[in-house]
Formats: sequence, C-alpha cells, structure tokens
Amino acid sequence: MEGVGGMAERKIRVLIAKPGLDGHDRGAKVVARALRDAGMEVIYTGIRQTPEMIAEAALQEDVQVVGLSILSGAHLELFPRVIEACRARGVTPDKTLFFCGGIIPQEDVPALKAMGFQAVFGPGANTHDIVGFVRDSVQAPA
Amino acid sequence: MTSPDADLQACFLQGDRLALARLLTAVENGTETGLAALRALYARSGRARTIGITGAPGTGKSTVTNGLAKAFRRRGESVGIVAVDPSSPYTQGAILGDRVRMQELTSDPEIFIRSLASRGALGGLSAATIDVVSLLDAFGKEVILIETVGAGQDEVEIAGTAQTTVLLNTPGAGDDIQAMKAGIMEIADVLAVNKADLPGADVLISQLRALLSLIPDRRWLPPIVRLIATDAVGIDDLVDACDQHYAFLQESGRLQEVERDRARHQLLALARQQLLAGLMDHTGGQARLEALVEAIAAREIDPHSAARQWVAQEGRA
Repeated sequence: MEGVGGMAERKIRVLIAKPGLDGHDRGAKVVARALRDAGMEVIYTGIRQTPEMIAEAALQEDVQVVGLSILSGAHLELFPRVIEACRARGVTPDKTLFFCGGIIPQEDVPALKAMGFQAVFGPGANTHDIVGFVRDSVQAPA
Repeated sequence: MTSPDADLQACFLQGDRLALARLLTAVENGTETGLAALRALYARSGRARTIGITGAPGTGKSTVTNGLAKAFRRRGESVGIVAVDPSSPYTQGAILGDRVRMQELTSDPEIFIRSLASRGALGGLSAATIDVVSLLDAFGKEVILIETVGAGQDEVEIAGTAQTTVLLNTPGAGDDIQAMKAGIMEIADVLAVNKADLPGADVLISQLRALLSLIPDRRWLPPIVRLIATDAVGIDDLVDACDQHYAFLQESGRLQEVERDRARHQLLALARQQLLAGLMDHTGGQARLEALVEAIAAREIDPHSAARQWVAQEGRA
C-alpha cells in the first residue's frame, strides 16, 4: 500500500523457481502463497527452469531472495549450476539470500550450505518457519 | 549525489543490466537513489514506443505480450516488458506470475522483463510504472510493452501511460457486457479478439463493430484483430495494427498530445502525493488527522469543512 506520504513500503521480492525436469509444483506454489500472505512479492517462474533462466530472472527482477524447489533428487547437480549462472550475472549469495527445499536428504545439507544456500527445508518443513526465516534474514533493499 | 549512485548511473549508461535492475528497484521504492537517477536520466527517455496490453483475467495478455515481443525482436528492436499484477488488498503481498507465459524470452538478452505489483494503486496500475517505463526507455529499449490486469479503471490508467492501448477480449459469457463498460471502448486503440477459434468469436466481433459505431466521430477507428495467441496466429496482424496506430499518432500530431497527457497525469499524481506528505510531515500532522477523524465520526463537523481546516491550518510544506 502506498503510505500517506507516498513512500512505498520496502517490499521483499522473492524468486521461486523449480530447476530441471521435476514437474511437481504444489510445494513451490504453497510456499509462494505463504510468502504472499506474509506481504511479500513473489515472482513465480514455474517449472522446467534451466539455471540460466533462473539467473536471468533473478537479475532482471532484482530479488533479495531466491528459493529453489526440487523433488527429483538432482539438487547436487543442478543447484551449483544455478549459483554459477547467478554469479556470472552479478547475483551472489553474499548479497542475495538463497534457500532451497523439497526432497533433500539431511546428509546433503552441508554441501548445499557450502554452495551458498542459507537454509534447506526438507519434507515436513512448515511454511511458518520458511516465512519467518526469509523475513528475519533478508536485509532491506537500498 | 553519492558515489555509489554515480557508479550505478555510469554502469547504466554503459548498458549494464544489473545496474538497470537495481535502479528499477530504486525508482519503484521512491528512494533517493531512484530520484537521483530520474533526475539524471529522464532527458534520455522519450524515444521508445510504448504499447499497453490490457483485458480481463484469462484473456491471454501474457501470451499475447510474449508473441508481440518475439515479433518486435525479429525486426531487430530491443524490447522491454513491464508486467503488472495486483497486490492483495489484505496482505499487500503479490504473486507475480507473468514470466511463466514468457519462458522463451529469457534467453534473449535484448528482452528485459520486469514484474511489478500494483501496491494498492487505484485502477491496478502501479504509480511507479511510469518511472519504470521511463528508465527502460532511457536504457535504450525501443519498444516497451506494458501488461496489466484489466478491471474497471485499469484501462484508463494504461491509456495515460502507453501510446497505443490494445484491449483483449475473448469469446464467452459476459464479454459483451465487459466491452460496454464506460470508458473502455474509447480507450482502446486496437481491439484484439484472442482465442478466436472458440465458438462465439464471430458474434463478439460483430458486437465490437456495433459498439465502435456508437462512439462519436474519432480520427482513429480501432481495427479489430483476430488472434490465437498460443499458436501465434494473428500476431503479425496485431503488430501491423500497432504500427498503423503509431504512424497515425506521428502524422496527426497526436503523439505530442499523448506525451503531454502522460506528463500532466504524472505531475498531478506526484503533486498530490507531495502535498499530502507535506500535511502529514508537519509537526502533529498525524494527531491532527486523527482529531479531525474523531470529530467527523461524532458528527461535530462535516468532512468538507474538516478538510478545509486541516489544509488551511497546516499550511503548505
């Protein structure tokens, strides 16, 4: 809402994407809706995203947060390529908050964190926790 | 101007898309960085063609925008797309999903797509949209497509922003009533019937023709274009219609009028914002507002007199 003074609130803009061939998007949509209900603006790019498509969207939309959803088990192969494509465009994990979720085994979490993902939400994670994490972790845009 | 601001503007002028993206955020949020950028870069705007695409939800706006962008790219023109979606009036959040229908455009570095939430703007069009369009223009985009949800006043808003307004309709219940809503038919420069393979397309086209004949004499008669956007059928005809309208604007001198209308519209909106901000910023502005609200609700004073008192007492910022 525009404030009476005309200054727009500093909205948190989040990109939610599903890389690879995994077509099960219900989880991603649930997270997207939860973030919207928490007052955030969610750019939802849908399924079958290549790392380049995700990185392009992150660049053009200047999001503060990138959330990747994957249920196919290909995260260790695809996520590094997403991070790399983002870095090539100047979108880096130190300035942009990366998190992920889906079917991701516990033992893969350290590798993902080392890549730059600040949180991994496995099966059973609840949206309340995800919303809280994003809200607490993101810095207000300049 | 701060040094980071100067750096951002310098990168922008060199065609750096990350700088463009950052400055778009700055103008959307109305920050000092954004205002400085508009001050410095506004003179470079005014060269782009702007085309608004509007229509009720489900009429295929994103798919049509996708088709139009590809067509303009085939002609070698650099394209910007601004896709506006409504913010929830309850949570102020939004799902911005127009990119889903424009997947194939992400691999083309000459197409820049920016999704915006309406942020409570009346009529569904974000107040910052004009500034976003100006920056894309200054960046060198030759054609800027502005896509918004059409409902009520949206069409009027977009007509104040775009040079050519394309109104999408689809065959089906209620569309004829939609088309007759006040102001809609007058606003459209091009009428498009999408999903033209569905039953009822011919009937809809006759209804649109009949409605057009009711409008008092205009210098430009909106053409009606049949589309099946998902198959890219009719997109070239739509491009031709837009080109013809643009040629009409140039030849008739209407183009300058359109630019002046846009400037007037934005100046008035910004002045209103700034005057109200001035009233609120004045010491005790919020308290004064609440006191008057109480008085009105208690029927101690009528709203017109209250407004007069408020403005007169606080003076100008």
